[in-house]
Amino acid sequence: MKESVTLKKLMEKFPDDIVGTHSYRGDDTAVVKKDKIRDICLFLRDDPDLLYNFMMDLTAVDYLGRDPRFEVVYHLYSLPHNRRVRLKALVPESDPTIDSVVSVWVAADWFEREAYDMYGVKFIGHPNLRRILLYEGFEGHPLRKDYPLKKRQPLIGPVN
Amino acid sequence: MGLKLSRWTVTRNLMGGKAEDAGPERLLDGSVILTRLEAAVNWARKYSFFLYPFVTACCGMEFMSVAGPRYDLDRFGAALPRFSPRQADLLMVVGTISHKQAPILVKVYNQMAEPKWVFAFGVCAVSGGFYDNYSVVQGIDTLIPVDIYVPGCPPRPEMVLDGLLLLQQKVKQERWTDWPRGEAPVSRC
Repeated sequence: MKESVTLKKLMEKFPDDIVGTHSYRGDDTAVVKKDKIRDICLFLRDDPDLLYNFMMDLTAVDYLGRDPRFEVVYHLYSLPHNRRVRLKALVPESDPTIDSVVSVWVAADWFEREAYDMYGVKFIGHPNLRRILLYEGFEGHPLRKDYPLKKRQPLIGPVN
Repeated sequence: MGLKLSRWTVTRNLMGGKAEDAGPERLLDGSVILTRLEAAVNWARKYSFFLYPFVTACCGMEFMSVAGPRYDLDRFGAALPRFSPRQADLLMVVGTISHKQAPILVKVYNQMAEPKWVFAFGVCAVSGGFYDNYSVVQGIDTLIPVDIYVPGCPPRPEMVLDGLLLLQQKVKQERWTDWPRGEAPVSRC
């Protein structure tokens, strides 16, 4: 299969930060290191051949037992070129932080808050990184695979 | 005479009394009804619920069905939904209550004037249902006192009507001393 424009340009621009790529059945995916995620996103948004101006989704995945444990996943769409790409940024458990991309796409705001709420990945530079679905005072991050199934929260008490 | 007698017998039964202690009424030829004030007030209350629909989830569709013309809550005097808790006396909790929603439910309950009753509509309100997880209240009776539990996912309209009739039976037996119940403790979550 012919390699996609996006992945080719990414490899040329950030050769040291791309861990791996694949484009199975046309699904372009790049696994990247987390350090330059903001630069990569800016490049994807602003390069005239790419113009990924629509951030469709941002979430996280917990691969418990693997190192690095977390992945932050970005799904991007280019309206001018009708192309999609998926970025996976590797985030280790020892340092669960990654640069925020709110300054690149404003839409990332609530997605990053949700990922922080559910997985405890901190987005550095986020303007308002609070819990979005759960309440202040909730302990832990419930979508982590090691969150206890029957855990009860202190503010709610043993009955609930 | 026979006609009049049967009329006051029916009325008397409605008021929760027994036919044999109806001596004075018999003397007055059925034109006067003697009863306890408590019983008369309870009789009025049980046929005039003003309900507050606290609808959060898919059970709301079933609530609309049971409130609509086909099953018609109006037949039991519980037709008029009030969208201010100050004007309502029956809190219908219809649907899943999450922990983030819990303080709001408690606040609405505390804003209602007494006497007031709580109707847990559907299994999520009754016990949390299959949402045995980190985000859902495991039954609203952990927050506020509940009078009637109607399980089901969602409950059939007949179950809701049956629950309402049971609540009417409960209201009929209440005493002055049952009120006021006082505030539910405000949840900190």
